[in-house]
Amino acid sequence: MTIRTIEFDGVIVGGGGAGMRAALQLAQSGYKTAVISKVFPTRSHTVSAQGGITCAIASADPNDDWRWHMYDTVKGSDYIGDQDAIEYMCSVGPQAVFELEHMGLPFSRTDEGRIYQRPFGGQSKNFGEGGQAARTCAAADRTGHALLHTLYQSNMKNNTVFMNEWYAVDLVKNVDDVVVGVIAICMETGETVFVKSKATVFATGGAGRIYSSTTNAHINTGDGIGMALRAGFPVQDIEMWQFHPTGIHGAGVLVTEGCRGEGGYLVNKDGERFMERYAPNAKDLAGRDVVARSMVMEILEGRGCGPNGDHVHLKLDHLGEETLMARLPGVCELSETFAHVHPKDAPIPVVPTCHYMMGGIPTNVDGQALMVDENGNDKVIEGLFACGEAACVSVHGANRLGGNSLLDLVVFGRAAGLYIEKALREGIEHTEANQDDIDRAMARLNKLNNSQSGETTAQLRTELQTIMQNHFGVFRRGDYMQEGIKKLADLRTRIENVYLDDKSDAFNTSRIEALELQNLLEVAEATAIAAEERKESRGAHARDDFQDRDDENWLCHSMYNPVNKTVGKRAVNFEPKTVDAFEPKARTY
Amino acid sequence: MLTVSIYRYNPEIDKEPYMKDYEVDTQGKDLMVLDVLEMLKARDSGLVYRRSCREGVCGSDGMNMNGKNGLACITPLSEALGKSKKLIIRPLPGLPVIRDLIVDMGMFYKQYEKIKPFLINDTPAPAIERLQSPEERAHLDGLYECILCACCSTACPSFWWNPDRFIGPSGLLQAYRFLIDSRDTATEERLSDLDDPFSVFRCHGIQNCVQVCPKGLNPTKAIGHIRNMLISQSV
Amino acid sequence: MVTQVTNFGRNGVSNWLIQRFTSVVMLAYFLCVACFFVCNDNISYELFNAYFSSTPMTIFSTAALLAIIAHAWIGLWAVSTDYLTTRMMGNKGTVLRLLFQTAYSSVLFIYLVWGLKILWG
Repeated sequence: MTIRTIEFDGVIVGGGGAGMRAALQLAQSGYKTAVISKVFPTRSHTVSAQGGITCAIASADPNDDWRWHMYDTVKGSDYIGDQDAIEYMCSVGPQAVFELEHMGLPFSRTDEGRIYQRPFGGQSKNFGEGGQAARTCAAADRTGHALLHTLYQSNMKNNTVFMNEWYAVDLVKNVDDVVVGVIAICMETGETVFVKSKATVFATGGAGRIYSSTTNAHINTGDGIGMALRAGFPVQDIEMWQFHPTGIHGAGVLVTEGCRGEGGYLVNKDGERFMERYAPNAKDLAGRDVVARSMVMEILEGRGCGPNGDHVHLKLDHLGEETLMARLPGVCELSETFAHVHPKDAPIPVVPTCHYMMGGIPTNVDGQALMVDENGNDKVIEGLFACGEAACVSVHGANRLGGNSLLDLVVFGRAAGLYIEKALREGIEHTEANQDDIDRAMARLNKLNNSQSGETTAQLRTELQTIMQNHFGVFRRGDYMQEGIKKLADLRTRIENVYLDDKSDAFNTSRIEALELQNLLEVAEATAIAAEERKESRGAHARDDFQDRDDENWLCHSMYNPVNKTVGKRAVNFEPKTVDAFEPKARTY
Repeated sequence: MLTVSIYRYNPEIDKEPYMKDYEVDTQGKDLMVLDVLEMLKARDSGLVYRRSCREGVCGSDGMNMNGKNGLACITPLSEALGKSKKLIIRPLPGLPVIRDLIVDMGMFYKQYEKIKPFLINDTPAPAIERLQSPEERAHLDGLYECILCACCSTACPSFWWNPDRFIGPSGLLQAYRFLIDSRDTATEERLSDLDDPFSVFRCHGIQNCVQVCPKGLNPTKAIGHIRNMLISQSV
Repeated sequence: MVTQVTNFGRNGVSNWLIQRFTSVVMLAYFLCVACFFVCNDNISYELFNAYFSSTPMTIFSTAALLAIIAHAWIGLWAVSTDYLTTRMMGNKGTVLRLLFQTAYSSVLFIYLVWGLKILWG
């Protein structure tokens, strides 16, 4: 079947923060740039980020230093974040944040007129010696919303082409295994086209929907990860999933870490501020993995709140109504809607909830996607780039610090854009994709469109999410995980043969959901196999059967290879360019 | 059991739109309308609607529930139903329907684009951020929070009659967000773009927009401010 | 910016201001006339004639007449561009709108000339 071809210099898949930042960089330099987004860009999940963007802009503390931020991030990552990448992110960060401000982002302000910064978890001054820092730049508690809208507006100003409500199905590789574009469906009409591009950037975000309880939007289905895995490309550290301490109990909706940054704290059913026991110094502002585990411990030991003792309370009333309304208005709104309490009167019931995928498509600091060759050396995948949550640069390692995701997406979206801009200027030539290459990328869609029987998406999706929730949650155990892997293997055949009963073209969301489900499966399976393989506890990956960090064997990235479903290792970078490397030490807060 | 009546239209199958009734077992829970739609979608996969964040910040699932526009994900059944026994869900009024609850938002976005919704500042950018006092920043509160869900504009009769010429409450709220931003230098240019009988002045103060805004914003007030700025500039 | 030749004022602001200003004139005139009727029990033709043919009252009546014409023009124009449009009724919208506009502008013109003739003739 021949389909129409649309051609661009650069195509960005995903209209969230990372994608739009990359697109902006390219569009500003005059290259023909398109953003393929399955939702109107301001509906992307970046919009839900609340607390802020962490960056040493030296507003709250004039002596603040990006190196301190780098130290925190390395420590937060439990030492498997690449230090060259973290160095790049923390040092370039201020410039990237000031650019956002110049674009019009409505940051909250200090009395001096500078950007307001609030304390967040895992932040310190003077390499952990100087106490709590306040380094997270905020626009009230709607920073993600403000950032996403600002980026969309700037792209509009720079004439980026938006293919809104188009869905990318699979990568097109030419005979040289170079990525030359994607197959995409226009959701409104059902038309399928080949979007050809010299550079294809995956900024497809996370995949929190592999779990049944998640803070993530319905659209976070790991489409980029699924496409990369199906194309035979590896993913890195995919077992590392962050559970956010404060998801609203029952609803999964997030309330920001900024609640604790502004002075809120967690209490158990006895009203005890239990984080004082687990993290005597940082208390409620310890790393997210530490806080989440402590909460689960409290619940497991019978000190949970509510009739079933299955959550804890986030206490905010002592901050006073005025502070709450000025600093956390969105949280008050969410709490009233989803927990039916106003934080000025009563604590919010919270529980650790799947929040962020630290792993993803391995890239270098220029956003180029990587794989590992036969000799264990990094090899660039020509034509493919990744940034944002879909990528694993890796700056978050085994645990991301709050406020670092927004920084990650603007810094590396920008970096990918800068690199592609340079490469385009120097000239990029790829062999044209032939009909076979396109047919290969169309195979999955064709199979789905021709399905005659099978199970439905909704049913299979629930099953997948339940397996992940039960077997790969906050605490993990070898035998449980092996059982989970078996269940997923069984599910694979069924999901590959999912039945699409509605075959119509006009805005067929069932077709999209079925394709998304297959991506969820890819991410889930990679997560499961990598998690079972990493036989230690590090950052967000906490195992009952291997409770300690094992630097001897596992101070490295995991690389999941989808071709033979095995997990390899890749060295962590300990060679920052301008500072001495931070050597691993025991991680306490 | 709750009866839910939903506007259905698939251009490939149906000659004209119709209302389809479903029975839903809510188990006595005060679910959000979106939860009900998700339950129905699992049963009837042909039913389509937009959704994303499910927490009222992305603006995808604007629809008309028992006569009032709102976001399905943060509208509990009790609020949508009021005293009624039946939940009636229709697409946002005034925009062309693509399929079921999905409308063509093109006209709405076009009006947004028209107001140049981006900061314009001709002065060279400093090495750090542009300074802005907390008081100046406070002017943006109640404006920048708009999520472009279109609940307001599609509840506005003036927008129904002139969606191609009247900017509509949402776009005007954003217009004022940039007019009042102390960092924006294009105030005059922005105002002169708005000074025709349609863009702003088709607002007759009906205030449906204020009544339906899921974020509690007040476009009518912003429009009043724009009108005052236009008047003080031209008299 | 949308421009329209059948529009009365030069732009949105002038339309809006004219509409407000003419309302005030009409309200004042109405109160003034109402006051005359309320304050005088038995109104004869002579009294009526004397009241309205005084110079200040003639000027006031003229102002009110002009205000009504302007106000009605702008108001009816707005109605015609809301409902009688191609969006609402296809191509015949333009024809109907033009007919309607011709009709009300003719009527208003006749009222104007007739009124002036009564007041100053």
